[in-house]
Amino acid sequence: MLKFVVRRLVQLVPILLGLSLLVFAWVRALPGGPETALLGERATPARVAEVRRAYGLDRPLYQQYGSYMGRVVRLDFGQSIATQRSVASEIRRRFPATIELTLAAMVFAIGLGLPLGFLAARRAGTALDQLSMGGSLLGISVPVFFLAFILKYVFAVKLGWLPTVGRLDVLRTVSHPTGFYVLDAVLTLDFPTLVDALRHLVLPGIALGTIPLAIVTRITRAAVLEVVNEDYVRTARAKGLTAGVVNRRHVLKNAMLPITTVIGLQTGLLLSGAVLTEIVFAWGGMGSFLYQAVFDRDFPVLQGGILFLAVVFVLVNLLVDISYGLLDPRIRVR
Amino acid sequence: MRDRSVRTLLAALAVVALVAAACGKDKGTDSTTGATDTGGASGGTLVFGASADPVSLDGAYVSDGESLRVIDQIFETLVTTKRGGTDPVPSLAKSWSASADGLAWTFDLQSGVKFHDGTAFDAAAVCTNFDRWYNFKGLQQSPSVSYYWSTVFGGFKTQDNSDVPAESLYKSCQAEGATKAVINLTKPSSSFIAGLAVPAFSIASPKALKDYEADKISGTEDSPAFDGTFGTQHPVGTGPFKFDSWNVGDKLTIVKNADYWGTKAKLDKVIFRPIADGPARRQALESGEIQGYDNVDPGDIDSLKSGFQILERPAFNVGYVGFNQAKPPLDNIKIRQAIAHALNRPALLKAKYPAGAEVAKEFEPPQLFGYNPAVTEYAYDPTMAKKLIAESGVTKPTIEFWYPTGVSRPYMPEPEANFQAFKADLEAVGFTVVPKSAPWRPDYNQTVNSGGAQVYLLGWTGDFGDPDNFVGTFFQAKSPSWGFDNPEIFSKLDAAEKETDQAKRTQLYKDANKLISDFVPGVPYVHTKPALAFAKSVKGYVPSPVSLEPFSIVTVG
Repeated sequence: MLKFVVRRLVQLVPILLGLSLLVFAWVRALPGGPETALLGERATPARVAEVRRAYGLDRPLYQQYGSYMGRVVRLDFGQSIATQRSVASEIRRRFPATIELTLAAMVFAIGLGLPLGFLAARRAGTALDQLSMGGSLLGISVPVFFLAFILKYVFAVKLGWLPTVGRLDVLRTVSHPTGFYVLDAVLTLDFPTLVDALRHLVLPGIALGTIPLAIVTRITRAAVLEVVNEDYVRTARAKGLTAGVVNRRHVLKNAMLPITTVIGLQTGLLLSGAVLTEIVFAWGGMGSFLYQAVFDRDFPVLQGGILFLAVVFVLVNLLVDISYGLLDPRIRVR
Repeated sequence: MRDRSVRTLLAALAVVALVAAACGKDKGTDSTTGATDTGGASGGTLVFGASADPVSLDGAYVSDGESLRVIDQIFETLVTTKRGGTDPVPSLAKSWSASADGLAWTFDLQSGVKFHDGTAFDAAAVCTNFDRWYNFKGLQQSPSVSYYWSTVFGGFKTQDNSDVPAESLYKSCQAEGATKAVINLTKPSSSFIAGLAVPAFSIASPKALKDYEADKISGTEDSPAFDGTFGTQHPVGTGPFKFDSWNVGDKLTIVKNADYWGTKAKLDKVIFRPIADGPARRQALESGEIQGYDNVDPGDIDSLKSGFQILERPAFNVGYVGFNQAKPPLDNIKIRQAIAHALNRPALLKAKYPAGAEVAKEFEPPQLFGYNPAVTEYAYDPTMAKKLIAESGVTKPTIEFWYPTGVSRPYMPEPEANFQAFKADLEAVGFTVVPKSAPWRPDYNQTVNSGGAQVYLLGWTGDFGDPDNFVGTFFQAKSPSWGFDNPEIFSKLDAAEKETDQAKRTQLYKDANKLISDFVPGVPYVHTKPALAFAKSVKGYVPSPVSLEPFSIVTVG
């Protein structure tokens, strides 16, 4: 297993090199540059030239790439052109917010999707099955910003139950040693802040988790349906095992492989920037960070941020691969 | 088995329901009580929804509205504007006067004023700040960094690259005792007084600037780094509020300065909460998480009016159709006049703009001095437009009409709608209109500013209360976007900028506006009034055309 992990990590090097080149080329292929984005209406040609010179954008591309890579290997992603803040420290500050939101969304998606999908499979063709499949189709189809707007309108504006923006009540003054607000509240035994942080997670978690919920439900249903008719399940039943044991040991365990793949991919995708959800909930994570950077043509932020998220995505997938071995003893990595 | 599965699902749903119930129980104690927790007429906290985090709280390095809004509460300038207007009035300077030649301006300063760090505000501190800005080097001279210095004063002590103006309006500053600062200029100018009201010219504590390394820049050529913490953690001014804390992406808090030299702030605390999404700001106001926000979507104004206050900023912008005279047939004045008569501006405003928008007659807003009510007007008159085309000698005139996509500006909420309306107007009188569009940032701006667009939609929101910032910016020198050379207009605006007598200046700008209107370099068509929304419990907020809006006079409760 260790050998496998090391080999996969070594394989990351050429992937990351390719990615860095791709990201570098992509941000420069965007029409315009940070200079005109920064200056807007006031972008006279002389001012544009001056900003380009100030940020070294007038140098040959290979030189820009060389110095960019030189810094990346030292984990220095440079400074944001628009906000003048260090990209690395912004990532450190914002990534916990994105992880927290992703976890909330995945808890919602897995917590509901697994039992729903399982039940739909076990009662295939019934009203419950139709309802869950119809619901999951709706979940995939509704745009996140619209769902978020409706959720906020109902649960915050009309009912006043939940907040609409941010990660904590602004009137609350607490320290954030780890940047994970829920964890921080637990570590500091601050129960009111814990409740507040959880309340702030509910609506964005549901909005972001709806698509994964729909996917997890459908995949679980399909995987369970495939497994329940296998010979070994029939044999297990014939041996007189209880339904619970059969479901746990034989059905779910064998169905988990495709489900794990989907959960891993979805988690990776959410971590890679839940842009719309973060924007509409004013959630200060990676998605909103990159969203603004695209508008600002903020090259250092785009290069650093995208490369970082690509690495995260690849690592999440590596974890999924490793989990296969744990879930299914037949899959042994050589 | 089925029963057990159903029980599991029911249990899961019960957990969700319990969580929701717990959430419901908390109603009124946390964020939803933002409004009720904020106290009475004096004291309390105001939570304001900003559209973004400030870039920095060092005024010298910023030009964005969100930074300037906060800086304006913590710092003060020598001169400010009359509340709700644009006329310069005293702030840290009690009064000012110019020498006979207009080159030396003496500012009599307030005495007994202290910075938040306890150091004294005096003439030496004023000169330290001006000399700091004038001595900016390298990246500090970039127009994206020190935009307002280069807009008001031009160049720096050294010209670190050829694109920065070589000459600076600023020459030197002398402290004469503790309460007199003399600012010497290289040429007479009056527009700089109004410019000094911009929070970019905030007077900062010299000690804090030094201690927190406001001028420290490191990094490499293509990755410069602003290392000092003055603008992010230690902004020290003399204002009615002091900086408290800033958690980027979450909130920025300022607190009442109990030792303020003037009328003390009524609020104990103001929290600026960045919410980039417009509808999210609206919902945060409706749910009580914030008590006010800026740049209300025009489409939201009517529906918000029932439960909230809508405050309009006096118009301080202009939307216009620009002509590039370097591209025929726009060099033909009859064609330009024909376009001006063909555009049905009142109909567009009625159909597409919120209430309060005014039809523009000239390139500066009516509130500003120098506005001339007697300029030549080009009323909607298709018959006259057709007649002018016939007189122009141009048969079947064709124009490329540019409009931006992916943008909504206060003076142009729906650019494509404006374009469609104007296109129909122009085609009705015989023009062939070729539509051209590009994304606002950065392509459109680049195309227009480099002279690539023939006829285009654009606009301007003023930086400070001086006509020089409107007509001076547009027409004081030849530029690629307008593509004309008119020495009469250029020299009139030069003279107006230099004149130190206010009455004479006003007349010069009135004359210039008449000349501009007769020359038809473009068609100004709208001045709009951006709106702010507040909870009904918020009192005392005075909208300003130049966004100098003190929170110190605001109360909640």
